[in-house]
Amino acid sequence: MEEKKIRVLIAKPGLDGHDRGAKVIARALRDAGMEVIYTGLRQTPEMVAEAALQEDVDAVGLSILSGAHMGLVPRVIELLRKQGQERVAVLIGGIIPDDDVAALQQAGVAAIFGPGTNTQSVIEAVRRAVADARARG
Amino acid sequence: MDLTERVLAGDRLALARLLTLLENDQPEGHDGLAALYSRTGHARIVGVTGASGTGKSTLVNRLALALRAAERAQTVGIVAVDPSSPYTGGAILGDRIRMRDLAGDPGVFIRSMASRGALGGLARTTFSVVEALDAAGFDMVLIETVGAGQTEVDIARMAHTTIVVDAPGLGDDVQAIKAGILEIADILVVNKADLPGADHAIQLLRASLQMAHPTRHEWAHHGLSEGPAAPPAESTWLPPVLPTVATQGEGVPALVEALEQHRAYLLKTGELALRQRERARAELESLLRDQLAARWRVAQPDGRFDAALERVVRREVAPRRAAADLAETGKG
Repeated sequence: MEEKKIRVLIAKPGLDGHDRGAKVIARALRDAGMEVIYTGLRQTPEMVAEAALQEDVDAVGLSILSGAHMGLVPRVIELLRKQGQERVAVLIGGIIPDDDVAALQQAGVAAIFGPGTNTQSVIEAVRRAVADARARG
Repeated sequence: MDLTERVLAGDRLALARLLTLLENDQPEGHDGLAALYSRTGHARIVGVTGASGTGKSTLVNRLALALRAAERAQTVGIVAVDPSSPYTGGAILGDRIRMRDLAGDPGVFIRSMASRGALGGLARTTFSVVEALDAAGFDMVLIETVGAGQTEVDIARMAHTTIVVDAPGLGDDVQAIKAGILEIADILVVNKADLPGADHAIQLLRASLQMAHPTRHEWAHHGLSEGPAAPPAESTWLPPVLPTVATQGEGVPALVEALEQHRAYLLKTGELALRQRERARAELESLLRDQLAARWRVAQPDGRFDAALERVVRREVAPRRAAADLAETGKG
């Protein structure tokens, strides 16, 4: 029997066109042995949630540099819950002001990464969040 | 409701979960598919293969759009396979990037799969995943293989119709007559046909097909059963070579038409039944091989395999001989 692979969706919701960070993270998670579904630029929250459902992922990583995180992230989490994927861990990376962190955590975000985060800590955070979610059953 | 009832009721999350169970080789997945098996056999299964960078994902996107927009719209399941890293087991599955036009359509379901070490261009569990989509009621299942070279030809055993995608500038005429990937084509597409060299590529493919394409698929196998008689010569299928520009959708209506014609050919000649039998045989044989190997492993006293391996590494015994010895002593 195969071990249960960690499947992660990496998406860039919103309108900014800088996906270098998202690609670096996707590559790092791949090198950590995960299966990374990469959806590319300019995704709506609906597109992110639909892809998360079809791919039955364990975690969703959102990269947002546009400043629109307070609109996009809670919406993605709401859609995931509505479709029965409340166990999917949501992590975000990008430029998130300190003032928004508490509200995003309140909304259900498992981890937030700013510029300069090393990839190893992202890998560990994904593993931890997925292990927690699986343990909750 | 249990998982299979939810799948049959159209619950997409239940379908996604079933696909994960199948991919991970979990017993609940096997039980689920066993319960659904009588519902399979209705979907048309089309494979799309070809070298990396020829535009397979973009073509699948356009093909699915065309099938959805047709007068009698068909529901479409898509299975897109990308390679796993042989070192870490990880994978980047990026085919959805080219399929964003399909988002938001409840008649489409896209699933990305990592090849997980399989070498034939698909994953070991792709067959089961396709069966589950078939049972869930999709009219058409499109399978996109990993970027394939000359030997990743498993798709031809799984699909009713295999589309091989080429692009200008990828190979010379020696490439075009090599056995393998061109021989499995039911339909050849020269994508990126707006690039220089497209006409040349099309002519080359047409010429080599006329020289070398087998009139029908005769699989090399050791089975005993006989299929239906060979179709008469006048009804043989010569694969069409179609130019497309997938980014613009050009040539896609002709591709849809060719799929229809190939379907009609398969039905008229009885080759569809033949291919389905061949497909079932390939799957049964591969599962049997897995199960016999697993059973053998369990029956072995500990360490015998490792001891044989050690002797092979030290070059005291040839691998074939060692395998024969192990198989012999493992019988009881």
